[in-house]
Amino acid sequence: MKLLYLLISLYVLAFAAPFINQYLRRFSGWILSIIPLLVFAFFITKISYISAGEIVTEKYAWISFIGLNLSFTLDGLSLLFALLVTGIGGLILIYAGYYMRTYEKTSRFFGYLVFFMASMLGLVLSSNLIGLFVFWELTSISSFLLIGFKHEKPEARDAALQALLITGLGGLALLAGFVLLSIPYGTFEIAEMIANPSLLSESRIFIPALALILIGAFTKSAIFPFHFWLPGAMQAPSPVSAFLHSATMVKAGIFLLARLNPLMDWSELWFYSLSIFGAATMFVGAWFSIAQTDIKKILAYTTVSALGTLVLLIGTNTTYSMNAFLIFLLVHAFYKATLFMMAGNIEKKTGTREMGFLGNLHVYMPVATIIMLLALLSMSGLPPMLGFIGKELIYEASVNAPGAAPFILVMGFFANTFMVFVSARMAFDIFWGDKIRYSRKPTEPDVSLLTGPGLLVLLSLFLGLYPNVIENSLVTPALKAISPGTETISLKIWHGFNLVLMLSAITILLGVILFVYKDKTLQFANFINLKYFRARFSKTFFSLIAGFLNFTKKKTAFIQHGYHRFYLMTIFLAASALVWYMIARVPFTPVQIEDLRTIPLFYFGVTALIVIAAMATILAKSRLIAFISVGLVGFGIAIIFITFSGVDLAITMIMVETLMVILGAMVVYHLPKYLDFSETRSRIRDAIIAIVFGSFMTTLVIKTGSLSPHDKISDFFSLNSYPLAYGKNIVNVILVDFRSLDTMGEITVLALAAIGIYALLKVKLKPGE
Amino acid sequence: MIMRSEILKIAALHLKPLLLVLSLIVLYRGHNEPGGGFVGGLLAGTAFVLHGMAFGAECTKKLPLVKPFLLIGLGLMFSLLSGFIVVLFGNDMFMQGLWINIPIPGITELKLGTPLLFDIGVYLVVAGMLMLVMLSIMEED
Amino acid sequence: MLILLALIIGFLYAASIYMFLRRSIMKLVLGIIFLSHATNLLLFVTGGLRSGAPAFTNADGTVDLSTISDPLPQALILTAIVIGLGITAFSLVLIYRFYKETGTVDLDELTESDKT
Repeated sequence: MKLLYLLISLYVLAFAAPFINQYLRRFSGWILSIIPLLVFAFFITKISYISAGEIVTEKYAWISFIGLNLSFTLDGLSLLFALLVTGIGGLILIYAGYYMRTYEKTSRFFGYLVFFMASMLGLVLSSNLIGLFVFWELTSISSFLLIGFKHEKPEARDAALQALLITGLGGLALLAGFVLLSIPYGTFEIAEMIANPSLLSESRIFIPALALILIGAFTKSAIFPFHFWLPGAMQAPSPVSAFLHSATMVKAGIFLLARLNPLMDWSELWFYSLSIFGAATMFVGAWFSIAQTDIKKILAYTTVSALGTLVLLIGTNTTYSMNAFLIFLLVHAFYKATLFMMAGNIEKKTGTREMGFLGNLHVYMPVATIIMLLALLSMSGLPPMLGFIGKELIYEASVNAPGAAPFILVMGFFANTFMVFVSARMAFDIFWGDKIRYSRKPTEPDVSLLTGPGLLVLLSLFLGLYPNVIENSLVTPALKAISPGTETISLKIWHGFNLVLMLSAITILLGVILFVYKDKTLQFANFINLKYFRARFSKTFFSLIAGFLNFTKKKTAFIQHGYHRFYLMTIFLAASALVWYMIARVPFTPVQIEDLRTIPLFYFGVTALIVIAAMATILAKSRLIAFISVGLVGFGIAIIFITFSGVDLAITMIMVETLMVILGAMVVYHLPKYLDFSETRSRIRDAIIAIVFGSFMTTLVIKTGSLSPHDKISDFFSLNSYPLAYGKNIVNVILVDFRSLDTMGEITVLALAAIGIYALLKVKLKPGE
Repeated sequence: MIMRSEILKIAALHLKPLLLVLSLIVLYRGHNEPGGGFVGGLLAGTAFVLHGMAFGAECTKKLPLVKPFLLIGLGLMFSLLSGFIVVLFGNDMFMQGLWINIPIPGITELKLGTPLLFDIGVYLVVAGMLMLVMLSIMEED
Repeated sequence: MLILLALIIGFLYAASIYMFLRRSIMKLVLGIIFLSHATNLLLFVTGGLRSGAPAFTNADGTVDLSTISDPLPQALILTAIVIGLGITAFSLVLIYRFYKETGTVDLDELTESDKT
């Protein structure tokens, strides 16, 4: 089975999904999940192959002359992500099939969701940077559509736009970074780059490329200071939050960093930027999660914190941190997807996500309570869940971090403590706590709604108890991909009494103490937030956007001022300047100018006629005289035509000019008299512009006068006029035979003009139109 | 807009048939000598414009030949047809010329061809356009 | 003669642009007429100037290229003249209708139509 076919089958499913949803409303979630789960099963079967150290690669020529291929790789890292995308994706579809029943226009929702899944799978399988970028952008677009799914709500639209702008901006930076990266290598293939990191370290493009790629990865993965779009994205329906904004899409940046780690891990800059931004995000996310009241917002900020942790772990780049990275990636995907789905369930059954309006739910939904509690245990890093192992490894990594260990340790300690507090708060306040009177009695969520979270939380529990299942099968090959040479650490729950366990114990203790004095904690958090974090990132972002729009509005108002003359003036001046520039640039070639004395007097007469008539038109005080004078200009031109062998032209011209004068006279008869609008100053200004333009036309005509007058196409028409078309009037033969299609176009235009005129005159507007 | 001039009226009355015949001659000549559909059409149109100026648009509109929309439509159809006839009769390309000679014993031979049909189309469109435009403007008050 | 024609062409272009820059909408139409005149003449000049050599074949249908003028620009101009009539007529009627609807012939009073 080719990887490409898997992708194609998912994309086909994306386009079929709306129809499937339309016809199989009730069961569509289950039906739709079949293909993703089959793909998931395929990846499961690949585990033994990959863990044996093999790699699957596929390459399809796309635009080969610029080295652009559609190439896919299935190695340890891709496999891990592919399993997450398709496995969680399948569960999410089952969940969404039921969850979305109360929404309108769900068909397209499923289309977007499966489309996203396909793109995300393409992203993690891509081994060509450009291919990866294309899938990267596809995920951004589907994320935009999904966040804004409730598009009647202005908040949803704003949030979607914000996410799109930020990830889109990051995407552009990423593309620039990729292009820079390809310069020293001459290829976009990641494998070829990783094979030779020293080439990059010697190149001058390294720092700009690194900066651009980090912007791309940080925007996508909601790393501080770009973290604010993620809480906003909670406007999306819960299945989307569970899938895109916890388990998969936001991990795309993490994936990229992990993928490029072997290429860049020699760099101090890489270490410091990832560590600092990662640690900051970890702390900021955890801090902001404390004072939130909306369950999904709380989860969003804890996700931000987790993403920061992952970035930090990549940056730290030790044996412990790399192991911790992979385990925590899995841990987080499991518990966060579960928690988001459960948050959706709670909202569905109670109608609210606000902590203040929730309580005592264990009475109404015992199964959901158990699932949620297990997931929260995992989040707070308590045994026996996989989360515990994850957190232990993170502490190990922090303790053993080179250089900045104390800083990372302190940040990590507080982040974990807040996490414990938040978990405890959610567990107790939602499921026990105040006995709320619900307007409608909440019930246990339906099977479809509990299948996904239940399976994930069981998996988390199972892996917590038997962690060595994933040790060799998934962790080792993934380590080989992201940090070759790093050993796999044997995973177990019990490490014996050591510093790390003590840290865990203190974390939990402090977290519980904070929860006991919950009111004080929240008060304090709110106080700090109000005092120091008033400038909200999201608000700043929107005011920046508004400022930009305002700027463009002003600029447009300046350029598009609405004065017809000034538009024309701009055009004419620009055209004149360009042509004069070119005339001046081309080296001067002396043009043969005839001796004026050899020109017959007759020609001077015609010239005088035209010039005087034109002047009369310009200066005329009466409209009728203006039209008659312009007719005279036409007659003068007709004389020129007939003098230089344009017989038909002259005849036609005289007819047309006569009719034009009559027409003009008939129309101006209905129009008011000429009024003097302009001042002398503007007349002089316009005359100068006109002369600048006219003079270059004169120069051009003189310059082109020396060109050969006959060219081949005219000769063809002339020579074949009689043999092919039986006509002796060559001009007319061109019109009705050689180029008759053009003439037909022309008479069509005439017919349209006539009908247009008729309509202009005969169609009367009703008053007020 | 009516010119109340007896001279113009008489001139228009007599010039109209003359101009029409002239326009047809110019049209036919066009292939070998100066002339053609454009000039012919303009002449034919002018004949009616003159009539309109002398007698008023209302009066001109009642003349049997003054059916501008019909003329424009016919003209477009003829020119299109001249292109298709070739395709129907021969296996040549669209709009290639096709000619037949009809000898008129003793005098000359009448040459008919699809380009002539095309030119007739041009003639009709131009004449129709002039009528439509001029008469509509004249009707305004 | 070319020098005189070049001057005429330049002058007609200048006249057309000067008329375009007026505020009266009637002068705009005159500018359009000037522009088409100037362009027709420009095309005509590019074909080369040859007196007394209309673009006809000999009586037997043969052609001596050195004795006839270039037929192609003439064919183009012929088309342009007639189209020019259509365009001028259309613009004349347009300004007439414009005046009837708005009661003005001042282009500056049109500015607001660009603003939303």
